[in-house]
Amino acid sequence: MKKLKDYLPWIAYFVFFLGILIVNPGTHYIHLVSRVIIFSLYAVAFNLLFGTTGLVSFGHALFYGIGAYITGMLVKATGPEYFLLFIVLGAAGAAFVSVFIGLLTLRLTGVYFTMLTLAFAQLVWGLTFKLYHFTGGDDGIQAIAKPAMLTGGVTKYYLFSFVVVTICMYILWRIRKSPFGSVLNCIRQNPQRITFLGLNVYKNQLKAFVISAFFAGVAGGLYAGLDGSIHPDMLHWPTSGNAILMATIGGMGTFFGPVIGAAILTGLEEIVGKYTEYWSFSIGVVVLIVVLLFPRGVLGIKRLAGNKNKEEKETEVVCNS
Amino acid sequence: MDFNTLIAQFVSGLSVAMLLFLVASGLTLIFGVVNVLNFAHGSFYLLGTYFTYQLMQMFNNFWVGLLVGVIGAGIVGMVIEVLFLRRIYGRDQEGAFQLLMTYAFILIIDDVVKFIWGPEYKTIPKPDALMGSLNIGTTVVPTYNVFIIVVGLLVVLFAWYFLTKTDKGKMVRASSLDRNMLGLLGTNVPMIMTLVFGVATAMGGLAGILAAPLRTVTPGAGVEVIIDSMIVVVIGGFGNFWGALLGALIIGEVLSFGILWMPELATVLTFIVMIIVLIVKPEGLLAKKMVGRK
Repeated sequence: MKKLKDYLPWIAYFVFFLGILIVNPGTHYIHLVSRVIIFSLYAVAFNLLFGTTGLVSFGHALFYGIGAYITGMLVKATGPEYFLLFIVLGAAGAAFVSVFIGLLTLRLTGVYFTMLTLAFAQLVWGLTFKLYHFTGGDDGIQAIAKPAMLTGGVTKYYLFSFVVVTICMYILWRIRKSPFGSVLNCIRQNPQRITFLGLNVYKNQLKAFVISAFFAGVAGGLYAGLDGSIHPDMLHWPTSGNAILMATIGGMGTFFGPVIGAAILTGLEEIVGKYTEYWSFSIGVVVLIVVLLFPRGVLGIKRLAGNKNKEEKETEVVCNS
Repeated sequence: MDFNTLIAQFVSGLSVAMLLFLVASGLTLIFGVVNVLNFAHGSFYLLGTYFTYQLMQMFNNFWVGLLVGVIGAGIVGMVIEVLFLRRIYGRDQEGAFQLLMTYAFILIIDDVVKFIWGPEYKTIPKPDALMGSLNIGTTVVPTYNVFIIVVGLLVVLFAWYFLTKTDKGKMVRASSLDRNMLGLLGTNVPMIMTLVFGVATAMGGLAGILAAPLRTVTPGAGVEVIIDSMIVVVIGGFGNFWGALLGALIIGEVLSFGILWMPELATVLTFIVMIIVLIVKPEGLLAKKMVGRK
């Protein structure tokens, strides 16, 4: 029997994202929260790699972008009837590409891995500009239609995104709680021990990489439908950086941290962006404050230094005893 | 294509290589000694150019601008190391926090530059003394490109001499191997870290200033250069000074000839070179120790 406390984050999640529909603050804000929930999936998927497995990928925009481009191009080619299927195909495409990138980049560790993922993402970003006839170059792809049942009123698409994201979140949550999730957690803390236990670090990292890419691709596909347009910026390095920022600001050691990070980052852009164009300065300052003063992120504030949560303690016992 | 064009293109590639080398070796130095992946290294490249631009607006003298730009980039680097980076050394998951912190500085420095100097393109003219061109055999090459190559070579020679022949250089190398032992022997290790950081960011600034008359000065230039120099470092072998030089030569020439022969693919070619090197030799061409999986 699980305690109510274990379900509190899920309850807060539903209250926040469904509550916004009840409050109904107008089209602009529902659109804003749609972005928050899509970024949340992107950041939580990224955090399976970053917070759980300890792999700092700086190229996740690639998978997000591939998801968006495949979904967008399929809609352009065949019409929007099978929108959901196209999102899944986009995510599958991202996962497919991630196998090759993972095979190459995971051979290196630490910062080498980080740089390589960045370089691959920049390569594909460069290609989207060059392949003008295929990707629309720097214009991107405009006027991506939505199926009839999702058009008219941003609330419909918000609800659709919410359902898709929640299903993905639940799957990611189960993955993290599964034995495979514990293996990933151990890989972060003590890769040698995993090797001694007879498990292959490389293979498990690769699995995490592909799963993470898949769900980042889903988020990208959802985003393509939200604005009805996609552009190469979605593949550019700041988008990869945003994943790291969202995960860290919210708390990389927690499952729901990145959701809060996504809300904070989107909120900052909205609020500061109203007054000045220099909002990325404000994000830089927030990141500095978080890194220096709250290294465990917003969700980790209540825990003082050295005071680890239950899950961390358990895996630490498993990994280091 | 005639022989003269080939030579001219080769020399132009060499000058690109030297600029990349200045940035990449600074990156390598910081990574090797201070053990920080300075993702904001391109921002110091950017700061150097804008400091020089500012000084040239005031005094209209390239050399004064160059000096102030280099020193300015170095000072900003040292201030950031002392006030911020130093606080997270040795922390759990240090790499991720370093990345975040240096990433935050990209965002901050880019916006500060935009705020002070505006988002539009700026130009820094070549100094008068380096305007013309030189004859190498029957080939004509711009004097300024030769100047960049000479400066690059001087930096290589000086760095090699300093690191291998002087006592201070031995301390720097020792601190990259065993910080604690060096500290126990009475050396002020934090000061070495700060100075190395300052010298490396000054080198980044120097590269930016030298490149400015050939390119335009824009707030986004820092990120372009950091990615190119990361490719250089990855190709050459991480943390390896000579590797950075070899990598820079390869990428410089690939860029130079790529624009000539395959203008469509020029920007993508460098990534392709990197991927080929990674498949054949994942640890980089000149890496002494395997940096791959244990």
